[in-house]
Amino acid sequence: MNGTSAKDTSANGADANGKSGDGNGKGGNGASASGTRVNGTRMNGTLERLGRIRELGIVGATVLLFVVTGLANSGFLSIDSFRDILLNASIIGLLAIGQAMVIITRNVDLSVSSTTGLSAFLAGVLLADHKGLPVIVVALACIAMGAAWGLLNGALVAYFRIPALVATLGTLYVIRGVDYWFAGGRQVNAADMPSGFLSLGTAKIVGVPVLPLITLAVLAAVGWGLANLRSGRELYAIGSNPDAAILAGVPVTRRLLTVFVLNGAIAGLAGVLWAARFGTLDATVATGKELDVVAAAVVGGVAISGGVGSAWGAALGALLLTSISSALAVLKVDSLAQYAINGALLLAAIVLDRLLALRLAARLRKKSRERSVETTPLAAEATR
Amino acid sequence: MSEPQVSDPTPVLALADVSKSFGAVQALRGVRLSLFAGEIHALAGENGAGKSTLVKTFAGVHRPDDGQVLLNGEPVVFHSPADAQHAGVAVIYQEPTLFPDLTVAENIFMGRQPRGAFGRLDRGAMNAAAEELFARLGVVLDPAGPARGLSIADQQVVEIAKAISRDAKILIMDEPTAALTGREVERLFAVARTLASHGCALLFISHRLEEIFSLCQRVTILRDGAWIATESVSDLTEDDLVQRMVGRELTELYPKVAVDPGEVALEVSRLTREGVFTDVSFNVRRGEIVALAGLVGAGRSEVARAIFGVDRWDAGSVAVEGKPLRAGSPTTAMAAGVALVPEDRRQQGLVMELSIERNMAVTGMKRLRRGPIIRGSAERALASDWATRLQLKYSRLSDAVGVLSGGNQQKVVLGKWLSTDPKVLIIDEPTRGIDVGTKAEVHRLLSNLAAEGLAVLMISSDLPEVLGMADRILVMHEGRLTAEIARADATEEKVMAAATGRGEAAA
Repeated sequence: MNGTSAKDTSANGADANGKSGDGNGKGGNGASASGTRVNGTRMNGTLERLGRIRELGIVGATVLLFVVTGLANSGFLSIDSFRDILLNASIIGLLAIGQAMVIITRNVDLSVSSTTGLSAFLAGVLLADHKGLPVIVVALACIAMGAAWGLLNGALVAYFRIPALVATLGTLYVIRGVDYWFAGGRQVNAADMPSGFLSLGTAKIVGVPVLPLITLAVLAAVGWGLANLRSGRELYAIGSNPDAAILAGVPVTRRLLTVFVLNGAIAGLAGVLWAARFGTLDATVATGKELDVVAAAVVGGVAISGGVGSAWGAALGALLLTSISSALAVLKVDSLAQYAINGALLLAAIVLDRLLALRLAARLRKKSRERSVETTPLAAEATR
Repeated sequence: MSEPQVSDPTPVLALADVSKSFGAVQALRGVRLSLFAGEIHALAGENGAGKSTLVKTFAGVHRPDDGQVLLNGEPVVFHSPADAQHAGVAVIYQEPTLFPDLTVAENIFMGRQPRGAFGRLDRGAMNAAAEELFARLGVVLDPAGPARGLSIADQQVVEIAKAISRDAKILIMDEPTAALTGREVERLFAVARTLASHGCALLFISHRLEEIFSLCQRVTILRDGAWIATESVSDLTEDDLVQRMVGRELTELYPKVAVDPGEVALEVSRLTREGVFTDVSFNVRRGEIVALAGLVGAGRSEVARAIFGVDRWDAGSVAVEGKPLRAGSPTTAMAAGVALVPEDRRQQGLVMELSIERNMAVTGMKRLRRGPIIRGSAERALASDWATRLQLKYSRLSDAVGVLSGGNQQKVVLGKWLSTDPKVLIIDEPTRGIDVGTKAEVHRLLSNLAAEGLAVLMISSDLPEVLGMADRILVMHEGRLTAEIARADATEEKVMAAATGRGEAAA
């Protein structure tokens, strides 16, 4: 390989009489560099890949948060405190996992909060009015209802090409409206529901509450699928370059439809968990939570411009945001200030992400330029 | 290598009298073309002759308005690129279509990744398969690295690997060699010949005639969207081919008026933007058309963007009529009399949904307003004035710009900038995607503007245009100026040599 490259460049040098010395010099460099390049690329590659694991940053931030808050108040590091944070994070985390799939395709689903609310109320009503219904049937009904709304979102986005932001903003209000109509001012209380169901919110398996375990199970499935299934990788392709995805034969419409349906189903499941955890249900459940969910995904490294991120990151983002709320409470920060702090954190995450992306792009650009300088000059072709 | 086997009478893939139009533009008119197994077929024609539309018709991106696509002699309709792929058609597009956020190997195998148990992707096998493809192509690329940041040549390599990995029966290459090194071109040709000898049908598009003659057996020539001829390459000379492609005398297309250049209007010295272009110095005089030539990706458009202030520069200076410009400020550049007609009309030059008059007036808001209100009558007067001067073909000034043909859209962009009374006009690819008739009109316009004392910096990848229109030619390679050639000394070979880094240093 050294031999060919040197020969080739000196041949070029020979027909460019004015610059032959320079050409040869460059050829020499190129040859010696290309000898070591293979190893160099490998090593840089590993470093780069490590650097690209965005989730590491969030883990670091979460650990830092716990250490700092723990120093101020050691109670924050107790088992009970951890359990509380996990419980609080599990519903937003679940929704963030679904949202991550949607955002990866360069879309967004704002209607999840309404779906969760309607699902929670549906679960409550079913359990309160039909005492004999098994919990699993209720859960499946709620999930199916969520999936149906997801199908509507998916159809609007994939078939009718309505921007997801607008389509799901519309369905956010529609679903909430259905919720109000369905509830008709009614409130379902914990006392109306079987205790077996409510214990879902507090039950533990070997000391770990069930709710986070459910989230973890969904996380494992979605996380694995996104990373390891063809259809999962195709979601990244769609978000990374929608036009190229069509040219590559990716069934874009079907994939988008599936993603919205899955996200809707997850929102349905989240509603069931909400009902079990909080017990008091009316038509306002989960109002405004869609923004927390999007924030969690973005803080977790899911790029709002699509193509980048993971379900793990989104779940970690939810955990971080929840931990911050808990930490601020422990540190006796005014709860009103928490909004501002969460917002600032979101901005910081996005700015940091943008900076990292710019630096990475500059480095790759430089690397590619070096590569093409050390290989031979581009071929003759200026007309097109 | 071996003689073409065209004994099989049924073409693998064919177009039968296919027509296609986009709005007012007739891109294809009754085009016929047959691809046979084992044959490498060339498609030749000028820019805007309809080559890319033809490729996209084969690829399932466009469906013909009229006529048929025939697969093994049977009419088929490709509803999507996926349909065409399933039929065995692989296309290497002029513009690479990669997923920047995914790895190189994933880009190659998207939708066809090797799988293990439970449908789990086998990344090891995928990377190994990619390595193997790269070995066949003789290149070193990290399959697990991200596609973002690859050079154009590397991106093209990935595209070729993608097509080869599909094991396609029909391989269509839309200018695959545009950004490859001589060695890579030879390697590609070797691969193409091997594929042909294995019974693959190839369609090859290139502007480099010598490539057509060395690689292909037959050639189909298009002009202005119409089929002109299909002939055996061995029966043709290069001159015959050019004659059929152009169909008219070159002087007609490039009506350049000789002008005595005046004082320096634009002075660029030692301009550098890290990693994009380095130490670029030149000037443009009043009345002069200076062409900036080079390969796609050499940094020409980037220099233009920096001069106009869209991007910042890191070092150096730009002055208009002796007054220095501020880095990164388009407002200052405009105030100083710089106008930029960008390469991509649809994205950067025009608001397609807005009317002709609105588009023309958008640069003149300050002059057209009374208080905070823009006067519609003034807008219309300005637009109709320029429409007349530029011989714009339109039905009403209130029509959306999107309905005009490419050439007329370009005139609207020109009008929009000329109405600011610029001293320096930077125009990026002035006639890309414009039909040959309008092309000559745009050229005449540029020539007249220069004759009136405008300094014109013209970026063009169209070599005949560069040679036909420019008083001086600057050539860029890899972000540096590599040559300055006077009109009288300019030849295709000299420009090409400099554009590929083989030329002499700037005189």
